[in-house]
Amino acid sequence: MISSGIVTVSYIAATVLFILALGGLSNQETARRGNWYGISGMVIALVATVLGVVTQNYVILMVALLVGGSIGIVLARRVKMTDMPELVAILHSLVGLAAVAVGYVSFMDHTSELAGVEKTIHDIETYLGILIGAVTFSGSIIAFGKLSGRIGGSPLTLPGRHWFNLLLLLGAIWFGREFVIQSAAGAGFAPLMIMTGIALLFGIHMVMAIGGADMPVVVSMLNSYSGWAASATGFMLGNDLLIVTGALVGSSGAILSYIMCRAMNRKFIAVIAGGFGTGGGKAAAAVEGEEQGEVVPIDTQETAELLANAKEVMIIPGYGMAVAQAQHTVFEITKALRAKGVNVRFGIHPVAGRMPGHMNVLLAEAKVPYDIVFEMEEINEDFPKVDVSVVIGANDIVNPSALTDPNSPIAGMPVLECWKGKVSIVLKRSMATGYAGVQNPLFFEENTRMLFGDAKETLDEVLKAL
Amino acid sequence: MKIGVPKEIFAGERRVATTPDVVGQLQKLGFSVLVESGAGAEANYSDDAYRAAGCEIVAGADEVWSQADIIMKVRGPEREEASRLTAGKTLISFLWPAQNPEMLKLLSDSGATVLAMDSVPRISRAQKADALSSMANIAGYRAIVEAAQHFGRFFTGQITAAGKVPPAKVLVIGAGVAGLAAIGAANSMGAIVRAFDTRPEVKEQVESMNAEFLMLDFKDEDGSGEGGYAKTMSAEFIEAEMALFAEQAKDVDIIVTTALIPGKPAPRLITAEMVSSMKDGSVIVDLAAEQGGNCELTEPGKVAKANGVTIIGYTDLPSRLAAQSSQLYATNLRHLLTDLTPEKDGNIVVDMDDELIRGATVCKAGETTWPPPAPKLSAAPKKTKPAPEPVVVEKKPPSKAGPIIGVIIAAAALLGLGAVAPPDFMAHFTVFVLACFVGYMVIWNVSASLHTPLMSVTNAISSIIVIGALMQISATDTVTMWIAAATVLITSINIAGGFAVTRRMLEMFRK
Repeated sequence: MISSGIVTVSYIAATVLFILALGGLSNQETARRGNWYGISGMVIALVATVLGVVTQNYVILMVALLVGGSIGIVLARRVKMTDMPELVAILHSLVGLAAVAVGYVSFMDHTSELAGVEKTIHDIETYLGILIGAVTFSGSIIAFGKLSGRIGGSPLTLPGRHWFNLLLLLGAIWFGREFVIQSAAGAGFAPLMIMTGIALLFGIHMVMAIGGADMPVVVSMLNSYSGWAASATGFMLGNDLLIVTGALVGSSGAILSYIMCRAMNRKFIAVIAGGFGTGGGKAAAAVEGEEQGEVVPIDTQETAELLANAKEVMIIPGYGMAVAQAQHTVFEITKALRAKGVNVRFGIHPVAGRMPGHMNVLLAEAKVPYDIVFEMEEINEDFPKVDVSVVIGANDIVNPSALTDPNSPIAGMPVLECWKGKVSIVLKRSMATGYAGVQNPLFFEENTRMLFGDAKETLDEVLKAL
Repeated sequence: MKIGVPKEIFAGERRVATTPDVVGQLQKLGFSVLVESGAGAEANYSDDAYRAAGCEIVAGADEVWSQADIIMKVRGPEREEASRLTAGKTLISFLWPAQNPEMLKLLSDSGATVLAMDSVPRISRAQKADALSSMANIAGYRAIVEAAQHFGRFFTGQITAAGKVPPAKVLVIGAGVAGLAAIGAANSMGAIVRAFDTRPEVKEQVESMNAEFLMLDFKDEDGSGEGGYAKTMSAEFIEAEMALFAEQAKDVDIIVTTALIPGKPAPRLITAEMVSSMKDGSVIVDLAAEQGGNCELTEPGKVAKANGVTIIGYTDLPSRLAAQSSQLYATNLRHLLTDLTPEKDGNIVVDMDDELIRGATVCKAGETTWPPPAPKLSAAPKKTKPAPEPVVVEKKPPSKAGPIIGVIIAAAALLGLGAVAPPDFMAHFTVFVLACFVGYMVIWNVSASLHTPLMSVTNAISSIIVIGALMQISATDTVTMWIAAATVLITSINIAGGFAVTRRMLEMFRK
């Protein structure tokens, strides 16, 4: 209905809007506008494509759009903020699935006849699009399972898993070659199917081998993959909008993964290769067993008094706060303390929780103003001035052995140095270790008090006592 | 069981063994508490406050000693008190069994169980019940307050319109708990603080309190003894040490001595000669006065004057800060009782296998159990284990070869691609590379708190793949059409879900 020139212009507009959307998310003031840019970009792209490219089957198209859109909105409305990582993971899997489907359809479609190098390149593009899409799909499904607790969080480490991965990679390359050769002869469906199987297996194995503590990296990495899948599809279809958007998403996910890895002082490859907190972790924990000392428990009444008499309070939330849904109580306590003139701040470790920025979202949900929420680098130097640090369901991110014990599996990871403050109160359900499987010497520090119990219940009592 | 707290009868003793604050916690352990009328009066805890906390107030000491099953005291019992103790009862107080063997005999003959707060072993687990440390802390603080009282000048240096005031110089000898408390108090008043100790490992602690640690230039001799206390040093060491003190005495305004060696009279560190070399108006606070004093001229329990120097020999410094020391002592007692009542049912179990309880128990049901076997652990850090050095985050100098090889390979691959690929592909490829860079530039600026919204919005955007499905949905082939329709369906879940959830999250962020 509209000319291809107008479609292209619309695509350019959509591209610009997407870039503005990502740029807008760089700070809170412009973030909402950024989201609107994203929505407008998507609407423009959809409308232009529907009007300019689609020639028939409008009814099916509309039904699919409406049904899918409604499902999406309902999901977004219903999801609890604590379950955000699961939602993001499952949404990633949909992009992966879509890439696979589009790839297959494109392969089966023989309307455009290419030959020679162009044909080869097109086949490689199709092959890559399906490969990345399949890895994203199965990896995201497993990540979803791990995050929602349907699959155990501990890393699955098969013997010789690196060789297994290598084998899968070589297999994918070999079948790629087969596919290009057979496709030139008009066939090639079989190698494509086999490769899809290999890619699915690879995605499952890759995420299964990654421990729960590395989940933030996995989620952002899958985010990156979904972008590359879209980009590969764009190459396949010769569509610049897909290429650009996919590349934007892909590089953003890659940078996020890199930021997460840097926050844990780990090599990206090491995370992907997996097996964190198993072999080395056990050995170190056994060595540290000797150094365990006495923990000093504290009750909610004393905690309330300590907090009320402090001038500087730092709250360090971890995954435990998300599990116990304690963020609202935390904010109530914060309000009560701030009313008494106590300077309450939040210290957020980059990998606290199960996805990048998880804690910020939870605190925002509880209406904690974001100007009292600080990142690790911003507040780590302030700990000597802090009277009371409250560690809520966090473990590895406040583990001093990351700095002192070179044999620790988390050695070198920057941590929140709460033990430098006057008193640390650690809320924990039990003395169990964190995801890294490392004992935490913080608990045995002289100035640490342990408050055992469910974070929400104990904090409710603390609030009452205040 | 019933806990009884009698009024202290030692002359001048103002402390009390429990406070209204702590009573509530004792009740939680299952005890009921009986307090002699006026027991806390000297420490500013009125009978009414105890009553409000749920205590029973009785008129005289007799009722307390006869009705209560557990007697809690601060000072060790006097003879008349010991005679009131009968079999089956438990007494918890300071006792100093080494110095008072007759009293120990008397108590164990009574058939009662006695726990001495001064015999709590110096192991890390027992710190919560370590009343000696609590009292030493108060004594150290009070020593500076007393010194300030008798010192005719400011502690802090000032430059005023009326002239310049030099800061006071304080020397603390013995950097144990009391010494460190004195360092802290003097420092916070603005004085210049120096400290000396025979144990080199306390250097760090002293320096952490912003005081100067005076090193003795001497061959490695370590003064650390059992349980974190000092031991007697060699003659040469003492000679060098005395020379240091003589030199310091001429310079400093205030000397606080806290040197004690367990089971021995306090070492003589400040001679009459050193005192006379000090400036007029100087003050010496001798925290070891009870054990004979570190200063030759100390008169235990009194303030002496010699050559214009005030020498404070009070032996009851904690009692002079009665409310604070009662509070800390009561908390120490409460911790001990917590360990004694594992069931929290108000019945104490004297478990002789528990190192803490074993150490504190000096007689059990008529049998003398003092001295306890030596504690296995030293409170001082073990010498054998060097302090763990902070791990230097591994930063290998980036190998220069790696990136160069990478660039060469990439260039070769690109050239190879450029040689064979059709121009159409290269146009797309250009767009792709540029988009990667734009993404890279844009994302670096995203604040960490927005990482989750960023991921959900990029997720929504990545469902632009719907365009691919839309291009295919008009196919005439029904299979293709249906697959494409399904793809449109799932991607639109993603589009709507991703944007909606991002919006929901961003709505929550507020100042």
